[in-house]
Amino acid sequence: MSAISELSSITRRKGKATAAEKKANGRDNKAAYIFLLPWLVGLVAITIGPMVMSLYLSFTDYNLLQPPEWVGLDNYTRMLSDARLHNSLGVTFTYVFVGVPLQLAVALLIALVLDKGLRGLPFYRSVFYLPSLLGGSVAVAILWKQIFGTTGLVNQVLAMFGIQGPGWISDPSTALGSIILLHVWTFGAPMIIFLAGLRQIPHMYYEAARVDGATTLQQFWRITLPMLSPIIFFNLVLQIIGSFQSFTQAFIVSGGNGGPSDSTMFFTLYLYQKGFGQFDMGYASAMAWVLLVIIGVFTAINFIASKYWVFYDD
Amino acid sequence: MTTKLETLPTPDKKSGGAGKPTNHRKPRESRGTLAFSRAQRGKSLMKHGILILAGGLMIYPLLWMVVSSLRPNELIFREPGLWLNSLEMSNYTSGWSALTHPFGHYMINSAIVVIGSILGNLISCSMAAYAFARLQFTAKKLLFGIMLLTIMLPFHVVIVPQYILFSQIGWVNTFWPLIVPKLLATEAFFVFLMVQFIRGIPRELDEAARIDGAGHPRIFLRVILPLMVPALATTTIFTFIWTWNDFFGALIYLTDPDMFTVPVALRAFVDSQSATSWGSLFAMSIVSLLPVFLVFLFGQRFLIKGIATTGIK
Repeated sequence: MSAISELSSITRRKGKATAAEKKANGRDNKAAYIFLLPWLVGLVAITIGPMVMSLYLSFTDYNLLQPPEWVGLDNYTRMLSDARLHNSLGVTFTYVFVGVPLQLAVALLIALVLDKGLRGLPFYRSVFYLPSLLGGSVAVAILWKQIFGTTGLVNQVLAMFGIQGPGWISDPSTALGSIILLHVWTFGAPMIIFLAGLRQIPHMYYEAARVDGATTLQQFWRITLPMLSPIIFFNLVLQIIGSFQSFTQAFIVSGGNGGPSDSTMFFTLYLYQKGFGQFDMGYASAMAWVLLVIIGVFTAINFIASKYWVFYDD
Repeated sequence: MTTKLETLPTPDKKSGGAGKPTNHRKPRESRGTLAFSRAQRGKSLMKHGILILAGGLMIYPLLWMVVSSLRPNELIFREPGLWLNSLEMSNYTSGWSALTHPFGHYMINSAIVVIGSILGNLISCSMAAYAFARLQFTAKKLLFGIMLLTIMLPFHVVIVPQYILFSQIGWVNTFWPLIVPKLLATEAFFVFLMVQFIRGIPRELDEAARIDGAGHPRIFLRVILPLMVPALATTTIFTFIWTWNDFFGALIYLTDPDMFTVPVALRAFVDSQSATSWGSLFAMSIVSLLPVFLVFLFGQRFLIKGIATTGIK
C-alpha cells in the first residue's frame, strides 16, 4: 500500500472509528507519545515551525544580518515582474512535463519487456536500476557534463559517423535537454514499481482475452493498461512532486549559474541563488511557498483527473 | 482508493522470507509444433537483444567513466571506446591529493554524517512506526495523516528557516544540521515503510508477550524490532545512499573545506580545475560512487523490495 492510497483512505474512513478502536482509545496514550516523542519534536521544530516561520518571512525583507522587516505582499508582487523567475518556472515546467512522461514511458516499456518470466531477469533489473541510485550524485552530474560537452563522449561517437555535434550543454537550446535525458536515464525506480504492479494482474484475464481472440496489442490496451493505471498514477504523482524539486544536476552541469543564458535555471536553483547567494531570505521564502502551492495544485489536478482515467478493479 | 496498490507486495508477511508476491502467471506453454517453439525462441532472442542493447546503452557512460579514469588525460576527449592500452593510475593519485585535504578526509566526513543519519533514522523512525502501527492514542489519524503529508513536503519550504535556526545555534559548518533532523524522524518516508512492515507482523506475538507481562518498551525491543530487521536493513541502505549523495544540505551547511563531505568536495574540485584534469576528476568521481555501488551490490534485495512496497524515487 502506498503513502498516497493510505492518505486518501484516511480521508474516506473519517469519523468511522470501529467499536474496538473506540474502546481502546486513550489506553496507550502515555506510551504512544513517548514513542512518538522524537518524531513530534522533529515535526514541530524541524518541519511545522520552519514552515510557519518561512510563511512569515515571505512577507518580510530579511538578509540574516538585520532583523526581518515587514513588507507585506512586496516579495510576491516583485515575483510578478521578475523575468528571471518567470524563465525559471518555464525551465522547471519543461523539465517536469517532458522529463516525467518520457521517463515513465521508458520505465513502462522496459518493465513490459522484462515481465514475462524472462531468463536473466534479476540481472537486467539490476542493470536498469543502478542508474537511478547513482543519478542523483554529483559524480554522475560531472560525468554528464563531460559526456555532453563540446568534445565529450556523445560528440566523439557522432564524429565517428562524420557528424559534428554541438556543445550540448553550452548551447542554450540543448542544455536543458541533456538534463532531461539524465532524468530519463534514472527510470529504474518507477520500472521496479511497474514490475511489481504487472505481477498483480491475474493471468486469467489474459487467458480469457486470448480465448476471445484478442491480439497482443488489444490485450495491452484493454487489460494491462487499465489494470496498471493505479500504478501509473502513483508513479506520476511521485515523480512530478520529486522533479519539481530537482536541483543537483542542474547546479553541477551549469556550474551553479543555471546557464547558458539561464536555460537550465531551475526554480530551485534560482531560489538557492536568491536565498543563499544574495541572502534575500524573504524573497527565497516567498519563492518556496510558490513552489509548494504549484506542487500542491498539480498534485490536486492529478488526483481530480485520476477519476477519469484510473481504473480500480473492485 | 487503490485496491491494486494495496496489494503491492509487503515485506515478509511473517518473519521469514516468505513474502514473495504471488505470481499468477503460468509458466510458458510447452506444447506446440516445432515452428511454434522456434517462433517463441526467436521472440525471446529478440527480447534479449533489445534488453542487452538498452542495458548496454544505459551502463555505457558509467563503464566509459571507469575506463577513462584509467587513461592518460588527453585520451578522454578522443577515445569513446572501452579498450585500455595501459593502466594509468596517476589520475587516482593526483585526484586524491588535488584539494586542500586528501580525498580520504572528505570520505571520512561523509562517513560520519552517514553513520549518524543511519542511527538516527533507525532509532527515531522505528519508535514512531511502532506507535503508529500498534498503539491507540488520541489524534492518531490526524498525526498519521500529517506524517504522510510530510513525506511529500518540498524540502525548500523549510530550508530557509532551518538554516536560520541552525546558524543561530552556531551549527553551520558542523555535521549537526545534517544529522539531527534524522534523529527526529523527519525522513517520514522511513516511518511509513516501517509502519507497513510492522502491520504485517502477527499481533498474536504482541499479545503473547503482553500476557507474559511485557510492557510496550519490552514488546518493541524484544518482539517487534528483531522481526523487522528486513525493514531496518532497507532503511539503512536507503539512508546510506541518500545521505552519501546528499548535495543540497551539505552545500548550504558546510562551507569550510575542513568539513566538506564528498559531494561538496567534488563540486569544489569541478570548480577549481581547468578542463585538463578530467582524468583525476573522473577518478575521484569513481571513488565517490564506489561505496554506493557496493551497497547496491550487496543490498539489492532490500532496495528492490523497499521500492516495490512503498514506491520511492
